[in-house]
This record gives sequence, C-alpha cells and structure tokens, in this order.
Amino acid sequence: MRDTMTEPLVRVDDLKMHFPIYTGVFRRHTGDVKAVDGVSFSIQPGETLGLVGESGCGKSTVGRALLRLYEPTAGRVVIEGEDIATLDPEALRRKRPTMQMVFQDPQASLNPRMTLSAIIAEPMVEHTSLTAEERQARVFELMDAVGLNRRFANRYPHEFSGGQRQRIGIARALALNPKFIICDEPIAALDVSIQAQVVNLLEDLQDKLGLTYLFISHDLSMVRHIADRVAVMYLGRIAELSPRDALYAQPLHPYAEALLSAVNEPDPNRARRERIILKGDVPSPANPPKGCSFCTRCPKVFARCRVERPELAEVQPGRFVACHLYTPDAGQTGASGVPEHNQQGASS
Amino acid sequence: MPDGAAPVLDVRGLKTVFRTRGGEIHAVNSVSFHLKRGEVLGVVGESGSGKSVTMMSLIGLLPSPPAEIRGGEVMLGDRDLLKIDAEELRQVRGAKVGFVFQDPMTSLNPVFTVGMQIMEPLREHMGLDKQQAEARAVELLQLVGIPDAAKRLKSYPHQFSGGMRQRVMIAIALACNPDVLIADEPTTALDVTIQAQILELVKELRQKLGMAIIWITHDLGVIATVADRVMVMYGGQVVEHGPVKELFAFPRHPYTRALLKTIPSITGHREARLQVIEGQPPILNATPTACPFRARCPHAMEICSRENPARRAVDAAPLGHGHDVACHWSPPALHEAAHA
Repeated sequence: MRDTMTEPLVRVDDLKMHFPIYTGVFRRHTGDVKAVDGVSFSIQPGETLGLVGESGCGKSTVGRALLRLYEPTAGRVVIEGEDIATLDPEALRRKRPTMQMVFQDPQASLNPRMTLSAIIAEPMVEHTSLTAEERQARVFELMDAVGLNRRFANRYPHEFSGGQRQRIGIARALALNPKFIICDEPIAALDVSIQAQVVNLLEDLQDKLGLTYLFISHDLSMVRHIADRVAVMYLGRIAELSPRDALYAQPLHPYAEALLSAVNEPDPNRARRERIILKGDVPSPANPPKGCSFCTRCPKVFARCRVERPELAEVQPGRFVACHLYTPDAGQTGASGVPEHNQQGASS
Repeated sequence: MPDGAAPVLDVRGLKTVFRTRGGEIHAVNSVSFHLKRGEVLGVVGESGSGKSVTMMSLIGLLPSPPAEIRGGEVMLGDRDLLKIDAEELRQVRGAKVGFVFQDPMTSLNPVFTVGMQIMEPLREHMGLDKQQAEARAVELLQLVGIPDAAKRLKSYPHQFSGGMRQRVMIAIALACNPDVLIADEPTTALDVTIQAQILELVKELRQKLGMAIIWITHDLGVIATVADRVMVMYGGQVVEHGPVKELFAFPRHPYTRALLKTIPSITGHREARLQVIEGQPPILNATPTACPFRARCPHAMEICSRENPARRAVDAAPLGHGHDVACHWSPPALHEAAHA
C-alpha cells in the first residue's frame, strides 16, 4: 500500500445525505430517506478507491455529495485541506476545477446542441481566462489525450458511439487539470469490448497526470481491475473497506462475501466459490432495519445485530469492517460469538 | 443432432432486414440454430449484433414495416412459424413460446393488477375460467418464489421490487407451459445478488418443467453459469457456436477469443492491462460479402474481405462435440489455444 504518512487528498468524515419526505396536504416533513448515513473514508493522492454496492445503496449519492452537487446533511468532506461541505459559494466555485466528475450516461450528460469542441471548452470558459485560440489548442490537446480524432471537433454528440461519447465526457472532466475525478459508473452503459477501452484510457490518464479516482461501480470484476482499495456499501453505510487483493481473496463482511459470490465468473471450467444466495430484497432506506442494516438478509445474523448498529472498525491492518462478528462484545450478549469469529478472520 | 433427439425449435437461414430512410439495415444474416428439450442455449453478442432481432423475428414480434423477414424457416415442431397467419402465430406466442424481456417495469402494464396480467394468457390460450385461472396464477407465483401469492395477485406492478417484477414476468411467460422460453437479457437490469436469485430460479424451473430456454445476454459470466450451449453473434450472424465448456476453454473465432480476454476475472489472475478489441462494430447496410469482423480482427487475411466465411464444424473438439465456427483462420494447435 501507499505511504500512510502522506496527507490524504480526500477525507470524508461521517458524511450524511438525507432526503426529506413530505406527505399530506400540508407537506409535512414525515421522514427521511437516509441515502447516505454516516460514511467515512480517505483517498491518498494517485490512488483509486472503488465504491461498490447494489442500486439504491447510496454510492452515487456519496459521489455527488462529495462534489457538493447535493448539500450534505452532515459531515465533512476535506479535499486538499478545505472542507467542501461548508465552503461559501464563491470559494466553492474556485475549488471546482480541482474536482471533476465523469457520468454514467454519456448520452444524457452531453448537451445535444453543442459541438464536441464547445462541450470540452465550456469549463475553460467558466473557470479560466484563456483566449479562444488557447482554448481551441487545449481542446485539441485533450482530444488527443483521450483518443478522439481532431477532425471530429465540430460534430455533435449524436454522431458518436457510446464509447466515444464517454471519451468526450472524460476530456471535459480533464479540461481544468483536476486532481480528483469521480467516475460514476463510467462504463455501465457500454458494450463489453468498449468498456475495456475506456478503463484502459482512465488508467493511462491516471499514470500520466497523477489523477486520484473515486470509481463508483456495480461491476465487481472491473473494480478489481482498476481499484487499489475497495469500499463496499450497503443501505447508505460502508460495510467493508479493504485493500483490493485482501477483499477479493477473502471478504470479511457477510454482505461483501455474498456480493462477491454472486458474480458470475466467465469460465464454466473453473471451480467457483460457494455461492451465497441472499434471501429477499434490500430494505427501504426510508425505513432501515434497527441495528445492523444487513440483519434482515444476513446468513450469519445473531441477536446483537438486531439491536445494536455495528460501527466501521479496523479489524485487520488496513481492513475496516462494520460487523458484530468482528467487534469485541460490549457486554451481555453472546460472548461465544467473538472467539469463533477471530478464528474465521485468521484462517480460511 | 448428435444424440438423435428431435429439436423443439429449428431455425434455418433466417434473414431479417430493416428498411429505413437511410437505406436497408441487414440486422440478421442467415442465422441457423436448433434447440432441444430441456436445454439452455446462451446467445451472446454486443448491442447491434442481431441477437434480440433474431429472437423477435422468430415469433413475429417485429413491426413490419420497417422490419422484413427475407428468408429462412423457423420450425416449431412441424410448423413453420414464418408461414402461418397472424391468428395462428398469436396462438403460438404465449402458449408455445414464452418471452421474458429485459426491463420488467416497462413490460408489465402499470394499470392492471399482476393477477390480471398472469390470468390473461391462461384464459386466452388455455380457455380456463376465472376461478381456474386464478388458482393457476397463485400456483405460478408460488412456483417463481413470490411469498404470499394469493394476496399479491391484487398488487400492481409498482408495488413490486425489480427482482420480484422479473419473477412475475417469468410467471407470465410460464403460464401456458411453453415449449420454448426466450429470455432477452432478463437479469441485466437487476443487481448481482438479485440476479443470482433469478439464475437459481431459472435453473430450478428448467429441471422441474423441462422446457428449452434461449438466454440472450452480453454477460459472459451469466452464460457460463446457465447455458449448456453458446452461440456467439457478431454483425448479424453466428460466428461461433458450441457446448459451453468447450467454447470457453477453446474459443476458435478471433472475436470470441478477444471477447473472453476483455473481461477482468474476479478470482483468477489480475491482468495489469485489459485487452481491448480496437475499433467499432460494423454498419450492416448491405448483404455481407465479407467477414463482418475483419476490420477489428488481428488475424484478418486477404480472403476475409473477399468471402464471408461459412460456419464449419471444428474437428477434434476435446470438451464435447457440436462446435462450429465461421472463420477462415485456424488457431494454432490446441494446447496453445488453451493458454492464449
């Protein structure tokens, strides 16, 4: 792993993003959808953190709240020493160039009435004092960097294929020399053969420009390829945050284990790991279960899980898990669970 | 057919063309395949490879115009589905051939209860009365693992989660005990843990009901899990076909080989860099006279741009016979291919 002494580029502390629910004629505030409910992590410069989970687990909301595309309900998001969550609008605007986003749907995130060159140049119009010629030169430079032919500069988004549109989105994100890029499912809408092209491009750019990525995806095999560390989210909280190889070799949280076992290995000749089929669906984030949010589907659930919410804690060097199987018992309940569990963590 | 059993479905030389203002699109070109009872045929390909259009052509689900079926035959038992009239075809759909689509939300009607939608084919095709249909609907919902089935009949689609809706879709497709179930990307819109549930369900149902299944997907992992045989499509034609283990272990077509390499593995060796297939899929604006993959193929030869390769049997297939490939190129000896 990287030097732990260096200051992280991004540090998120207990981030919460609640969306209020209003009901009735008087639009009374009757509850909250707790899309993100206390998420903490940090990302080192040059690192790629993978953020995985199923739909509705809050992974995209984390990405958006990080850039303050949503106003976070609580918590701190420190990027390069400044707390994004509390910056005033003008300071936030000056901060924007350092952090950018690549969106899932390249069709919806590009203005259909703007040419490719106008799309890529737009952030520079907003944030820099470059002249039109300088901007055009930079647009060409960026198009070269992401592998788009310069002849395409005056074409419109609909004239491009999905993979090419994603390259346009990446070029736009790079326009202001950002340090930190959030990739929100950047390959989910692309065909398999095109996915690899885009992922390779993202990796090349990271090497060349020293970028730091938060790579949000539900594709666990692609995350294994691109990420250094991986955070697994479930119902608005991080279930496990571990270095990539450790997580894929042996997931500690029961949800991470089930999630990895559910991925279909594209090789019928290889013995697969024991498949854990979870029962039921993800509970609603407006009404999460008491105690551990995974307790309704967890195959290893025990009494304490339904009462007390487990906190994310370091259970092995560099590995953080929010599960009672790994936390020392607070007192009365099931003392037998602990030793059994340490064993599991060490062996198998 | 190696083991002599007559196929439930036999498709030969199917050709589908779309007429658009910009000219013709040859979406399906001479596709042939067959399906035996109780078998799962996986169909893989990228978007635009013609996999969905092929299956929609089989049972007349494509609007005409712009679609036009130019040739071939689709034998379901002893009937050619391309020759029967609309009324007879309507009887086949739903009763003999069930269809499950990708998006369970848009394929269920939001203003009718789930119960009505399951009972519709039962009353329409099997002539059951209301009570019989209701009893059968409850049975079907139980079969696909929906708890509290009798009560859930009165629910509307929006009251179900994505995975549950897909179970309802499967129940509707199964309602009349079809001989063939066509599943078009049925798990693509679902999360992995829910996808795992549906895959288990389908495997279980196949065993219980013994129907043949065509499973269309772009996810090779899903294919590896459910299919007995695989058909790889590219540019509107079948480029390779074979038993699943054989095809994954010894892929012959350069496209299949490249496709298998582009996917990162979740347990195996982690590549430093992903393999890519350079370039874009072909534009199918004419009857192909050359190999559709030649522009992206690392092994393209002179003959590839002159002649569209026909499917030929692969001899000495070590993991099961029935492997064929449409390619002029021959991979190096088998022991090397296994490591490539």
